[in-house]
Amino acid sequence: MSVDLSQFHQVFFEESFEGLDVMESQLLEMDPADVDDETVNTIFRAAHSIKGGAGTFGFMPISEFTHVVETLLDEIRSGQRVMQPEYVDLFLQSVDCLRGMLSDMQQGNEPEKERPAQLRAEFETILHGAAPVAEAAPTEEEKGSGWLIRLTPYPDLLRTGNEPFRMFRELIDIVGEEHCEIEADTSKLPEFTSLNPEECHLAWQIRVTREIPLADIKVVFEWVEDECDLVYEPLGDVATASPEETAPAVSDTSDAEGIQVPEKVAAAIAETPKKSAEPAAPAKAPKKANAESSSIRVSIDKVDSLINMVGELVITQSMLGQLGQDFDLSRLAKLQEGLSQLEQNTRELQESVMKIRMMPISFAFSRFPRLVRDLGNQLGKKVNLVTLGEQTELDKTVMEKISDPLVHLVRNSMDHGLETTEKRLAAGKSADGTITLNAYHQGGNIVIEVADDGAGLNEEKILKKAMEKGLVPESANLTPEEIHQLVFLPGFSTADAVSDISGRGVGMDVVRRNIQALNGSIEVRSSRGTGSTFIIRLPLTLAILDGQLVQVCEATYIFPLVSIVESIQISRRSLNHVTGSQYVMQLRDEYIPIVRLDEIFGLRDNVQDIDELMLVVVEGDNEKIGIVVDDLLGQQQVVIKSLEQNYTKVSGISGATILGDGTVALIIDISSIGRNITPVKKHQGKSDQAA
Amino acid sequence: MESTMAETNIPDTGMADEQQYLTFIMSGEEYGVDILAVQEIRGWEEPTSIPNAPRYIRGVINLRGTIVPIMDLRMRFGLEHIEYTATTVVIILKFDGEHGERVMGIVVDAVSDVYTIADGSTRKPPELTEDDNSDFIKGLVNVNEKMVILLDVEELLSIKNQLLNVAGSVE
Repeated sequence: MSVDLSQFHQVFFEESFEGLDVMESQLLEMDPADVDDETVNTIFRAAHSIKGGAGTFGFMPISEFTHVVETLLDEIRSGQRVMQPEYVDLFLQSVDCLRGMLSDMQQGNEPEKERPAQLRAEFETILHGAAPVAEAAPTEEEKGSGWLIRLTPYPDLLRTGNEPFRMFRELIDIVGEEHCEIEADTSKLPEFTSLNPEECHLAWQIRVTREIPLADIKVVFEWVEDECDLVYEPLGDVATASPEETAPAVSDTSDAEGIQVPEKVAAAIAETPKKSAEPAAPAKAPKKANAESSSIRVSIDKVDSLINMVGELVITQSMLGQLGQDFDLSRLAKLQEGLSQLEQNTRELQESVMKIRMMPISFAFSRFPRLVRDLGNQLGKKVNLVTLGEQTELDKTVMEKISDPLVHLVRNSMDHGLETTEKRLAAGKSADGTITLNAYHQGGNIVIEVADDGAGLNEEKILKKAMEKGLVPESANLTPEEIHQLVFLPGFSTADAVSDISGRGVGMDVVRRNIQALNGSIEVRSSRGTGSTFIIRLPLTLAILDGQLVQVCEATYIFPLVSIVESIQISRRSLNHVTGSQYVMQLRDEYIPIVRLDEIFGLRDNVQDIDELMLVVVEGDNEKIGIVVDDLLGQQQVVIKSLEQNYTKVSGISGATILGDGTVALIIDISSIGRNITPVKKHQGKSDQAA
Repeated sequence: MESTMAETNIPDTGMADEQQYLTFIMSGEEYGVDILAVQEIRGWEEPTSIPNAPRYIRGVINLRGTIVPIMDLRMRFGLEHIEYTATTVVIILKFDGEHGERVMGIVVDAVSDVYTIADGSTRKPPELTEDDNSDFIKGLVNVNEKMVILLDVEELLSIKNQLLNVAGSVE
């Protein structure tokens, strides 16, 4: 029987990544001058778990690398060494390096070797360097010619998930195979018939025949110290004697019947079926790791509430079932009541299932302290990062996709937005710049703001650059708001020099496109001298949409309810004919362009008189447009299905859904409908630029 | 260890040089598709049409929660259109697209038979015209003195071809 360890790899990777996140955030919070013991302990624990897990699964490069990291941490923890700012940097680099190695392994690749080796060398220099190394125990004893370790586990050892053979393997890795002799003492083994495979009856003697600090060995057995009798003895001249001779001498526990199995630990596996978890091929395992599958951690509260709701659903179902067995019209009211209960149950269930996918945005925000710190150093700017609304929940898919645009915005704000310290002081501002990340709910949306207190957008410069690049005609007369929007145009950059941080002009339009792909929008507000704010609006979830069903000809379409401003009856008097077939409508003090769905979708052969139709006014990309439909049907929540998966992207359609009667209805993509009519927008400047 | 052994010894599925084809009838001609690409066979149901799609894409249907486009193969091949009846058949095909497995339905007159055809017995289609319809013909084969046209499912249903044809159909 062999247990496939690879099924646990995914969990190991996730836990390790979490551990790295913990290390990183603690390192960033830490003030090297005043180190809190608890912080160091937390970092140490995280590193230690990663090392332990990596060792268990045979990811040797990781456990070896983590080992040196841990050694330095341990010295700091035990007060032998004082935290230095350089150490923090080194630790942070190690976190990055480990993260890289882990994701390589997760994808089944060989991790890179160069960087870990470099960092290891740096750690070694520190560890053996001039820093005040004050070993706790007298060095004389430590440097004995070897060690004899007597390990007598309590019977419960295996129940706590500890596996002696893994510890041995780790020990062998540390001291080298030729310097390690392990003997098993099987004298305590009961009769086979009374053997409980979950109890450990074996004891071991381990002889390390090499000079090595005791602390290095102790690390291996650290986890089981409380669960066994552990004796370390320095190995004197006895070490030269053969194990067979010395064993009876040093081991009182082994009596005459004890079977000595020197160096043949593996043989013990046969005697103890519980050891079957022994990974025969740990080196092969990483290739099988599935990088595609991802999982989320869900709080137990959410799961409990889900179980409650399923319980209610089952009750409703059995009630309806009973009702159906002998139904007559007199019980119609009861049926209706049952159905409405079912509807409520379903809705609640749906909501709580959706909540499972929701994660606090702090997951996305957590990478920024590091980013801001590193980038600040690189740019020579002092920057404070303020994060607000970290508990705001967001769909996991949205979160994953919003991360990169956010990074881009923050980098941009730091590079372009914030001034240098001298300029700040000259402008009468505090020397340190501030970047604020804020997240909150507004209606059916989540709003994320990236704000800086820098110089704000330079309108003249932007306009000049835009004209130079031919993005805007020379004659255009734009309002400041319109100029601000220019930064989202492809190929735009105002950075005087292209740096590796920003300035290539491929940034903001990509950011906007990514956000639009999530059905979201981005806008910028800026005022000279006080800073700029980028505001991202995203739907809470990608999977479900509150929709307005409309009818056009024979077909039913769905408008996202969030983008509908109002629905009105069209009156001929308020319509104005612009060019060709393009109409605009006067709505209070605005002129809004009108789109006929039947026309752009080619649904009707002869265009019907517009008088009898309805107009749905929607807002997409900050522009209002009116969409003509035949009739408004109901509103309902719809589950978004991909049209692209089996077909292809359709202009004007963002997806499809399945209605109550099982037919498919298409969901209108407001922003792409709006783009279709860009050439006839009211602003002369923009229409030229689009043409 | 056992598990790795099992993985390396995947048993051969069937003979390598033989393939089974599901055939169907359109306008008296018999066409065949690789039977492994066939997911299921359904009756005709009215699909939801897609705006600005090529004419032969009749729309999309709900196949147990998946949105599946339906292609009218008669229109695709430029054959005369006939009314859909109760016996009109939709063959749901699945194949590997650029972005993973894709599912699509084709409307045909009737399903005919299943043949086992040796790979060597297929002949290349004669290159008669520049007609792009010949791209998705995998080969011709003689079964019981009758010609069967074998279709390449991937070529037939791939997005790339769809878009080319959409571009071509816009006057």
